[in-house]
Amino acid sequence: MERIPILKMGRFLLVTIQVDMHDRLALALQDDLTSQIVKWKARGVLIDISALEMVDSFIGRMLGTIASMARLLDSDTVVVGMQPSVAITLVELGLSLKGIRTALDVEKGMAALQDAAAGSDGNLSGADRDENSQF
Amino acid sequence: MSRQSREFMQLLTTAVNDGGIDDINSAAWASTRDFLADFSSSRVRAGYSSSETATFIFSLKHPLFSALRREFEADPQALADTVVSASQLLDKLGLLTTESFQKTREEIISRQQQELLELSTPVVRLWDNILALPLIGTLDSARTQIVMQNLLDAIVQTRSDYAIIDITGVPVVDTLVAQHLLKTVAAARLMGADCLISGIRPQIAQTIIHLGVDLTAVTTKATLADAFAVALRRSGHSLVKDEPRQAGGR
Repeated sequence: MERIPILKMGRFLLVTIQVDMHDRLALALQDDLTSQIVKWKARGVLIDISALEMVDSFIGRMLGTIASMARLLDSDTVVVGMQPSVAITLVELGLSLKGIRTALDVEKGMAALQDAAAGSDGNLSGADRDENSQF
Repeated sequence: MSRQSREFMQLLTTAVNDGGIDDINSAAWASTRDFLADFSSSRVRAGYSSSETATFIFSLKHPLFSALRREFEADPQALADTVVSASQLLDKLGLLTTESFQKTREEIISRQQQELLELSTPVVRLWDNILALPLIGTLDSARTQIVMQNLLDAIVQTRSDYAIIDITGVPVVDTLVAQHLLKTVAAARLMGADCLISGIRPQIAQTIIHLGVDLTAVTTKATLADAFAVALRRSGHSLVKDEPRQAGGR
């Protein structure tokens, strides 16, 4: 059966969705990803959906569930590279993926993950909090 | 005007001779119909009203009926019949004129609507990674679609992290407009860009709260300048005012 590859990059996992997602593939990805997070003690998951041209409500919801599962296993999820048309579809479907971080491309997503990891590794993110209080 | 009248009378005579007066949709009337359509659309552009345009046809009634009366002076029965059918013909032509008048006007309106849509949704790049979207006019679903599409495309193109939606030019914010705004913000967030809303006027702030619209998830600022400052700060830029020059410096 076809599977979506999960690559390990340091403390992070990289998932690049290059094929059309169908429901069984999505469920397999959920399985694989949760076991890989546990196996590598991953601090973050980066899901690249730049090749995804179409989404339906199931895939949209699945992205949300994956993020919540990863959160439960103490790892951040960043979804990157969403196409404008996909973003509009998701919003029209009423799925604004509240719990998920997003970034424009892999580079920015990686930076966001690294920031988050550095923040939670430090002593309760003293520097981070300082930065926030400015706003 | 008199040239048009002459041309019309010519066409009318040919059409009546060739096609009779019963069916103005027949082929013999085609050139007359085209003439009237052209005539009406030129009248629309010149700014005439629809009744003024239809009067072009209806003003024919009076002279035509007087001529008929002279012709059929001896036979009142025939006069009545002819007047009725002539009147019917002119009514049909008059209606045709009004119809094409209206059609031209609707075409103009829809074209202007399209132009308005294209003109009124610019996306401006304020700084590296910071976009502004000054909205002017009411937001309906069709416009929201275009605004969203433009904004998202611009975000991808410029790789921006921040988008400021300025609603100074939006006259009314009701629940629907607010919902459209929130949708745009959510879509931009999905693309990885942070959205700020600026230009909320005092009345609009009151309306939003009275309507119970929840904008707490979005950063809102009173002016575009404030929002721009926030975006700059968040993206790691800082604004520094130059030290005042020494006395006598200028």
